[in-house]
Amino acid sequence: MSVQFDEKIRKTLADAKLELAVYTATGRLATGRRQTVAPEVFPQYEELRTQASAIKKHTIDNLDYYLEQLQTNVEAHGGKVVYCRDSAEVVDFVVKLAREKNAPNIVKSKSMATEELDLNEHLKEHGLEPVETDLGEFLVQLAGQRPYHIVGPSMHMTRYDVAELFTRHLGVERETDPPKQTMIARRVLREKFLKADIGISGANFLVADSGAVVLVTNEGNARLTTTLPRIHIAIAGIEKLIPRAQDLAVFLNLLSRSSTGQLLTVYTSFLSGPRRAGEIDGPDEFYVVLIDNGRTRLLPDEGKRQSLHCIRCGACLNICPVYRKIGGHSFPWIYSGPIGAIITPQFLGITHEPALPFASSLCGACSEVCPVKIDIPKILLELRAEVNQATASTTPKRLERLGFRLWSWLMRHPRIYEWAGLAANGVAPEAEPGKWLSGLPGLLNVGPAKAWASGRDLPPAPGRSFRAMWRARSRSASR
Amino acid sequence: MSKPVSLFVTCIIDQLFPKVGMAMVDVLERIGYRVDFPERQTCCGQPAFNSGFREEAAQVARHFLETFRDAEYVVIPSGSCTSMITHHYEELFANDPQSLELSRSLAPRVWEFSQFLLEVAKVEDVGARMDAVVTFHDSCHGLRELKIKEGPRRLLSHVRGLELREMDPPEECCGFGGTFAVKFAELSAAMARSKVEAIVRTGAEAVVGIDSSCLMQIQGAMSRAGVPVRAMHLAEVLAGV
Repeated sequence: MSVQFDEKIRKTLADAKLELAVYTATGRLATGRRQTVAPEVFPQYEELRTQASAIKKHTIDNLDYYLEQLQTNVEAHGGKVVYCRDSAEVVDFVVKLAREKNAPNIVKSKSMATEELDLNEHLKEHGLEPVETDLGEFLVQLAGQRPYHIVGPSMHMTRYDVAELFTRHLGVERETDPPKQTMIARRVLREKFLKADIGISGANFLVADSGAVVLVTNEGNARLTTTLPRIHIAIAGIEKLIPRAQDLAVFLNLLSRSSTGQLLTVYTSFLSGPRRAGEIDGPDEFYVVLIDNGRTRLLPDEGKRQSLHCIRCGACLNICPVYRKIGGHSFPWIYSGPIGAIITPQFLGITHEPALPFASSLCGACSEVCPVKIDIPKILLELRAEVNQATASTTPKRLERLGFRLWSWLMRHPRIYEWAGLAANGVAPEAEPGKWLSGLPGLLNVGPAKAWASGRDLPPAPGRSFRAMWRARSRSASR
Repeated sequence: MSKPVSLFVTCIIDQLFPKVGMAMVDVLERIGYRVDFPERQTCCGQPAFNSGFREEAAQVARHFLETFRDAEYVVIPSGSCTSMITHHYEELFANDPQSLELSRSLAPRVWEFSQFLLEVAKVEDVGARMDAVVTFHDSCHGLRELKIKEGPRRLLSHVRGLELREMDPPEECCGFGGTFAVKFAELSAAMARSKVEAIVRTGAEAVVGIDSSCLMQIQGAMSRAGVPVRAMHLAEVLAGV
């Protein structure tokens, strides 16, 4: 485990206030989800999950076909499709466009794809300062942080944190009432919207048969972002494709229920191309930027490719007992929680944070709530084996492998296994009857036993193994 | 002529909680089974599999298959070990057709203890008694891979004197996770503490489960926190008269 990962986990675990904020917020979202997908209110839920999973699999398996179809249809509406391999290509495209069109003022609606590219940071290097207009993203940007959660970027902040943030950065009077805080943000953001030349959005879905970008939001900021400025750029991963507009009947029904426990979000926007003759609203120019950024690396592996089915609902984060303890900022990349644990090593390389796939109890709650049924624990297990191979020459991994080799040998030699058990019983300390041990003494207090005893008591040695008891019982029975 | 079953007690019960194994023997004999304990048994291979050491896991898993290949039924007091055999041997032996075939022929004969009682023996009431308020911990692999949810509760509902109170939140992991418990010791212990809080809120005197590994995690955390609740395996409850 990298020192950084370890330290971030420790720091978060030590922060009781943060734990409560995250535990409460994720709990609320998870409860909302559970209520809106319950069989009595939504009997078709399981069938829709099966369909969603099948549609995504079909799309990813035929990505080349649907990408071309999307491009054809976007262009038919007067838009342009731009393919970018990585962050540098996206930055290059946006910077050139901003210069060429004399369009320096940029507003953004929420987009994980742009977070993944560190777009804001890079644009800043070129003198451009995009303003986040989703309230949560706005708060996070003001604080100089990154989103804490795929869906709730400022989940870790309390209203008192927000009050402090606003007084410090916006020069307003201290205000702790959330509706009033929202009005402050609204006032600031309206001015940015009115001045903006470029609006950058993400995409929840890219519909191949209609060349449309679909956005689901709750604040209305994405509508302003995509219609008010004269240029709209939608930036999205290639896996956001779905084949047909009618498939939205499946996905829209699943996304907001899984995500926030809403039947539908407040706004569902269908954007297909620039403003046409006779229309009042809409941009002059419309670009769909499709990013790879590691995604095509997943395509050769038929098993793990399902990681690309994700629709970024965040349900797996909200239910995850690990995420709920260590929060979003402990994770090594912008994608956190169970989905982050499987896509980070695949997008960025298996050794980016070798410990990440191991940071799971494999409880499987994530898969159970996943609207597209990604088998996250199975992928984590495969990634663990891959990490072991990639790091095989490091000393800790060599020692661990040696340990498992010895263990394997022992487990195939039952008599010696039994003697080892007897020996362990022999050196184990005496415990008071019915009591557990707070730790092993002296030289025995090492390795796994020490780690265990750092937070839990150890079971006392039983004196005899089951097989010894069994033999004694069989002997007395045969007498 | 009583029907034969073979026990796979699991390494953790063999070495640390032998009384759970004996309790399972008592229950099975009480309902008319002839119990056999193949002495060559050790472990199912899960610790290595979950740690990403598939070769070592496969060696141990093959040893398991050899030990139990001719058993009529294998009964296991653990959802997690059962699921390793019935679900994950498929992945483990993906490139070993011989072991895969053996594993597929054995899997339908491998049963987690509570499922065996209900689905093979078809017994709900084993004549047990325990005067106590208890809560039940759903262990994750049993719950999500073997779909064990109502079964143990049905068995508990027939235990005289026992009152079951459910936890809120239900179904949350105890944080054990095998080697995760020591690789991420602080995180794992923090997860256990949340579980213990949920247990304490029920007011139960004991928490019952079907996996001794989860119960070790929970009891370890309860003992550390000075919480006077007992963690008990379902077999121990059902063995009580």
